[in-house]
Amino acid sequence: MNTVRTAILYGQGINADVELGWAFEMAGAQTDRLHVLDLLAQPSQLKNYHILAFPGGFSFGDHLGSGRVMALELEGLTDLLLRFLETGLILGICNGFQVLVKMGLLPMTGEMPRIEASLDINSHGRFVDRWVPVHSETGSPCIWTRGLKTMDLPVRHGEGRFVADSSVLDKLERQGQIALRYEGGHNPNGSLADIAGVCDPSGRVFGLMPHPEAFLEKSQHPLRRRIGDDVTGLQFFQNAVQFLRTS
Amino acid sequence: MRIEVYHRSVEDDPRTLAAKKRLGSLVSCKRLVIADVFLVEGLESSEEEGLRRVFHDPITQRLFFGSACHHILPDWNLAFEISYKAGVTDTLALTVEKALRLAFPDQAEKLQVQTATLYVLESHPIEMDRQAVSRQFYNPLIQDVIFYEAGRNPSWRLAPNPPRVFQTPQPDIIPILDLTREQLVELSQRRLLALTADEMRVIQEYYSQPDIQAKRKSAGMDVNPTDVELEMLAQSWSEHCKHKIFQARIHYDDGSGMVREIDSLFKTYIQKVTAELEPDKPFLRSVFRDNSGVIALDDDTLVCFKVETHNSPSALDPYGGAMTGIVGVNRDILGTGLGAKPIWNTDVLCFAPPDTPASRVPTGLLPPSRILEGVHRGIVEGGNHSGIPTVAGAFLFDESYIGKPLVFCGTGGLLPATIDGRPAYQKKVNPGSYAVVCGGRVGKDGIHGATFSSLALDETSPTSAVQIGDPIIQKIMTDFLLEARDLGLYEALTDNGAGGLSSSLGEMAQDSGGLRIDLDACPLKYPGLAAWEIWVSESQERMSLSVPPQHWPALEELARRRGVEIARLGEFTDSGWIEIFHGGHRVGLLSMDFVHHGLPQMNLVAVWSPAKQDRVPLEVEDLWGLLLAILAEPNVASKEELVRQYDHEVQGRSYTKPQSGLHQDGPSDGAVLRLHPGSPLGITVTHGICPRVGDADTRAMAACAVDEAYRAHIALGGDPDHAAILDNFCWPDPVQGPKTPDGPHKLAQLVRACEGLKEAALAYRLPIISGKDSMKNDAWAEGRKISVRPTLLISLVGRAEVSKDLPDTDFLKAGDWIVLLGRTRRHLAGSMVERVLGKKLEGIPYPDFQIARDLYHRVHRGIREGLFCSVHDLSDGGLAIALAESCLGGRLGAEIDLRGLCPSSGLSPAEVLFSETPSRFLVSVRSEDRPRLEELFGKEDYAFLGVTTVQPLISIHAEGVPILKCSLDEILAAWKSWEGRWS
Repeated sequence: MNTVRTAILYGQGINADVELGWAFEMAGAQTDRLHVLDLLAQPSQLKNYHILAFPGGFSFGDHLGSGRVMALELEGLTDLLLRFLETGLILGICNGFQVLVKMGLLPMTGEMPRIEASLDINSHGRFVDRWVPVHSETGSPCIWTRGLKTMDLPVRHGEGRFVADSSVLDKLERQGQIALRYEGGHNPNGSLADIAGVCDPSGRVFGLMPHPEAFLEKSQHPLRRRIGDDVTGLQFFQNAVQFLRTS
Repeated sequence: MRIEVYHRSVEDDPRTLAAKKRLGSLVSCKRLVIADVFLVEGLESSEEEGLRRVFHDPITQRLFFGSACHHILPDWNLAFEISYKAGVTDTLALTVEKALRLAFPDQAEKLQVQTATLYVLESHPIEMDRQAVSRQFYNPLIQDVIFYEAGRNPSWRLAPNPPRVFQTPQPDIIPILDLTREQLVELSQRRLLALTADEMRVIQEYYSQPDIQAKRKSAGMDVNPTDVELEMLAQSWSEHCKHKIFQARIHYDDGSGMVREIDSLFKTYIQKVTAELEPDKPFLRSVFRDNSGVIALDDDTLVCFKVETHNSPSALDPYGGAMTGIVGVNRDILGTGLGAKPIWNTDVLCFAPPDTPASRVPTGLLPPSRILEGVHRGIVEGGNHSGIPTVAGAFLFDESYIGKPLVFCGTGGLLPATIDGRPAYQKKVNPGSYAVVCGGRVGKDGIHGATFSSLALDETSPTSAVQIGDPIIQKIMTDFLLEARDLGLYEALTDNGAGGLSSSLGEMAQDSGGLRIDLDACPLKYPGLAAWEIWVSESQERMSLSVPPQHWPALEELARRRGVEIARLGEFTDSGWIEIFHGGHRVGLLSMDFVHHGLPQMNLVAVWSPAKQDRVPLEVEDLWGLLLAILAEPNVASKEELVRQYDHEVQGRSYTKPQSGLHQDGPSDGAVLRLHPGSPLGITVTHGICPRVGDADTRAMAACAVDEAYRAHIALGGDPDHAAILDNFCWPDPVQGPKTPDGPHKLAQLVRACEGLKEAALAYRLPIISGKDSMKNDAWAEGRKISVRPTLLISLVGRAEVSKDLPDTDFLKAGDWIVLLGRTRRHLAGSMVERVLGKKLEGIPYPDFQIARDLYHRVHRGIREGLFCSVHDLSDGGLAIALAESCLGGRLGAEIDLRGLCPSSGLSPAEVLFSETPSRFLVSVRSEDRPRLEELFGKEDYAFLGVTTVQPLISIHAEGVPILKCSLDEILAAWKSWEGRWS
């Protein structure tokens, strides 16, 4: 396909939608902001898009646990989203990741969505904004992290500690679903196995706590005077656009 | 139905760990668990599966129907349950109701939800001061606590708050025509109107006028005021809304025997500065008119900035007060022009030192650490949940803030230059347009905020003035309004803050010339509010709009699609009258002219008597100890732990961050935002605040504050000619009275601060675009008055070019030259060394504006050329602290010799190291760039101090003699010594 069209959800307390739009546009996609309530009122419009993105934010104030109420609100769309994934891609960042996990769309180690993991309150109990180094797992089916170099990304969350039962964790390891990890010693929230992001077994759905959309150019990095400008978070978005263009 | 939710692993629950830490030594707590408790009433079916979907995370939580603490903690001995009092906004309960409606779509009509937090303790000994323990977790002003004891089967008594139903009172007629002066004062006090005898007299005269009486009679109204009218006048004429002290006529004796009349400090010292600079500042767009000041960044982009204070509410309920401060100033931005998008928050917070011993905290006041914890949490959640980055700010600690903390909340916003061909910074309310309100509903919360903040804080302060904001409701409303703005669906808007609808619609009506409102159309949280309560309530998250009738259907439809409540209350007119209806009756009829121009100017007296300056020279034995003591002083020490909890990056514009350096733990001089990736345009945000200098002279304090904000702007790379400032005065009551015998002195301090502000702003050519004053920062406790140090915050917004990397404060690499730019003098009054040593020291700092202006332009040129590897402005602690900070940021040492400085200035090495002369920078340059630096700065204004080193050691010589050696480890340990101890 020539034009990759991305729908970026907004509304209901989502707040990192505009810069996520910049990211997809810099990667060569066409983007629309799509209000959550408009999507619910007219779900069929999803077929105009190739990528659906769940940005960061504080949907419903994280009350009852981050992402929970938005997941309830979107529950009715689960089947539609599964069909969308036959050709499309889904990304969830931070609160968007939390929503996907609470809808059971991630990590989805089996065939059908069910809640298998959670993003718990950070082990230190506080919200934290800090740049931390992450690396992708070679051998992961994740489309978004292909060929990704180690880079620093900002985390900005109070509930980002990935937890799951050991059976689920084993499966994630086996199926290469742990697409992104914090570098050893830099885990900012106590996540099990240093998990920063996971994909579904197809690699089409990807959720992560760090914010690649906040690192689109060198000048956004706190060490801008000390680093080169060849590695940025833009690569995540370029990977997705490239994949859709060639598929 | 009672539902309890526990963390799956009690030992691993971060909330429990934090709570245990807070209990500290109060109780030897063996185990502690915390549960979220929900009472749900009104669900027809209580299908377990559905409830689990709402309340239970199967991976991280355990859910129980009914009470379960005996299950979780069999040997517990004390439990207590904390819930909000009836009428206090419980945002969690609102979300729960929303979630239950999603899970039970057809049967959630009569839903009622109550939330609580349950603390269960197993402790030794069993005897403890349970009040003291529970007080660590709740605020009796807004919350209730229920205690339970083990042993018997406790009955879990938490019950849903009864629905709030009130009898709608008839509007009161308040006979004032025949009242005496004393009776008028008594009426003002009884109704919390906060109006003076003179002001009450003017109101009485208004109602005595024959033509007013005739008008009222013909409209079928009593000649006496209704409560609605009286409340409206009190709100409109409050110190908070009208700035009566800044507008007053002041009889000023300057101490030299010269006496003059000042006709309004605002006009004389603030407005005049901007008027004088305006021809030279083409970027000015809207000053003093709107909810915030607006400047242009370039032809397409406008930036607006406003700073508010929320001191009194934060003293009573630190969390709710600060939260409301943030979301309130966000609405000022949203209410600017046709509606700006908030893109940054910045907060300057002033507390008593958090380690103030309990014995030093007067009865009735919250301990400083509790205030800090609550205010900080309010700022964190207010900003983070709204998706507005908190990019800058400061924490100040001073004993005088023990009565009232100062909570300065600032927000900046972005406006396109034009929307639909119209300048976006302008708005116009036309007669015939609908008066519309959108957002949250109106309740009894937040009644009398405006008048309350105009009074001193004491035991009788009304708790109804405390509110808790809901950033999510406001975020949803903000998204909706920005969409409606771009569709051109309204012509003007303003926020509902102090004074509620009375203020917002009343102000907008000035534009059209009148207003006609039906309060029955206003959405209420519960029935039974009196008309005056609806009219002045400060319930949060509401904006008022002026909507041309042809756009109303489309606006209403968009609001429905976005889940935002909107109501048409009436229309703007050109009748010259404010007409208010309720329950089919006319309850208010006031002349626009009287409401807005009827307030008499106050007459005040100010007498300046210079402070006795029994100041001593600085003598230091132990420079090493002094350096570390200052680094460990809470004003200087690292605040990283507090700052990291602010999301400073959301919206993707973060450029210069609050922390810089190799390990991202060095301090920054302020913030730079980049408009968007690839844009050459940056926005600088900085502050200046020097209250300690005010002890010597408030004029110097003001001048130094302007210099501090401006030099930080320069240090960040800001354009010296493209910046504007805001003033926020927080003063103790300066109006002479029985409780304020020293009013004339405090007012003279205010006059001198205004003089300093004016002189500095003119010298640096910094237009003042917005400001605010809070003039009653006194508290009464244990029968004595506690007043804040007179405090002036200067906030600056400016432009910076970011196409080339701008420097940070940290040294970049070893072998670079370290250079001090600017002249050092003996300026120790108000300094950090003075605070640490507890002695009044010599030398009142004052900027040398002419030299500084020249220096600032040269520094800017150097930054544009890429000359500097680092730039750090000198502020608290002077050269020694700036040097330590630049070293620790870059994890480098420094080899310094003060040879170049001491003889020429006549200062001792200690004075050179710790003097706080304004207008100075510490920079580093590559060794090969030394000639260029010498060329750029000429002869006088710089000194090569030495070089950066790999060895992590600061080593300082004077005249070749070593005077101070300090390792980076020692510096870091002192500087980070407050980590984990702030609250």
